Amino acid sequence: MNQWKNFTKGLIKENPILVLVLGTCPTLAVTTSAVNGLGMGLATTFVLVMSNIFISLLKNLISDNIRIPAYIVIIAAFVTIIDLVMQAYLPDIHESLGIFIPLIVVNCIVLGRAEAFANKNNVLSSTVDGLGMGLGFALALTVMGSIREILGSLSIFGYKFAEGDGILIFVLAPGAFIVFGFLMAIAQKLIKKK
Amino acid sequence: MEYVLIIITAIFVNNIVLAQFLGICPFLGVSKKVETALGMGAAVIFVMVLATTVTWLVQTYILGPLGLDFLRTLAFILIIAGLVQMVEIILKKIAPALYQALGIFLPLITTNCAVLGIALLTIQNGYDLGKSVVFATATAIGFTFALVLFAGIREQMETSDIPEGLKGTPIALITAGLLAMAFMGFSGLV
Repeated sequence: MNQWKNFTKGLIKENPILVLVLGTCPTLAVTTSAVNGLGMGLATTFVLVMSNIFISLLKNLISDNIRIPAYIVIIAAFVTIIDLVMQAYLPDIHESLGIFIPLIVVNCIVLGRAEAFANKNNVLSSTVDGLGMGLGFALALTVMGSIREILGSLSIFGYKFAEGDGILIFVLAPGAFIVFGFLMAIAQKLIKKK
Repeated sequence: MEYVLIIITAIFVNNIVLAQFLGICPFLGVSKKVETALGMGAAVIFVMVLATTVTWLVQTYILGPLGLDFLRTLAFILIIAGLVQMVEIILKKIAPALYQALGIFLPLITTNCAVLGIALLTIQNGYDLGKSVVFATATAIGFTFALVLFAGIREQMETSDIPEGLKGTPIALITAGLLAMAFMGFSGLV
């Protein structure tokens, strides 16, 4: 029951993007299409889960004074792994996400969970927390990518459902900010109601 | 001429915040007052130029020749974290006034993805040292420019009547969207 709570809090109540507003840079940059959003979300989930596991395993060995650099090294190692794996097996998505894959290192969500959760809890809880937070991130990114893709290029997951060009501005930079702003406003409204 | 092109592109056309989405966290976080925006901007200019120079040297003379390219992300983030720490200690000792002004912004810069982003981009673009430094300086100026502009708008917004749900970050994001749209006007320049 408790683990279930750890899992679901990341999805809605403490959604890292819409409620905690962490990790905004990749959110805005890679959500030009649903596939890109999903790819980025899953890559980040992998890094989150693995770094949460290792940090919670090593939490008693790492001295408090150097914990932040130690966490960054652990996180950077997993980011490098996912970067190389995606380059090998998913070259298309790797190409379109570009520089934002190595930048998962400085995504505040990952370091934030390490500091706020993994260094205080056991391995199982940390794994579940990482998974929930990661999937919450992936969910928000996919929703945002879908909205921008539908409005901007009249397609969804690369499948074109209508002829024409769509409202180009939504695929470009300003559209990212505007869609994100309205999504966050809706999320705030919904949470306040509860 | 090439340098001029890099400078104009980095500041206006490919503005790091509004077109490349790097450094959004400080852009939203410390843009409530023009004064703090200027402080953050100065700290970013300082660290970004220094970090890009050091990471370029490390990449060219250590990682590249030894074939350790896969360690780039790891090495760069450690260099940046160490550098920020070092700058903080040195400034505290030799320029306490400057430290007072930049102090609180310096630790925040380690997790500013703009710094790591630019360090990685200069390598990807294959710039030489001179171009890297110019590129980093111009990008950091572009960051400060966007930050100060945005802070000015947000100061004005404080007195306006905003719908309940949009208060805070949502309206800031929408404002940033409009600012980004204005910056798109520069795209014909280069």
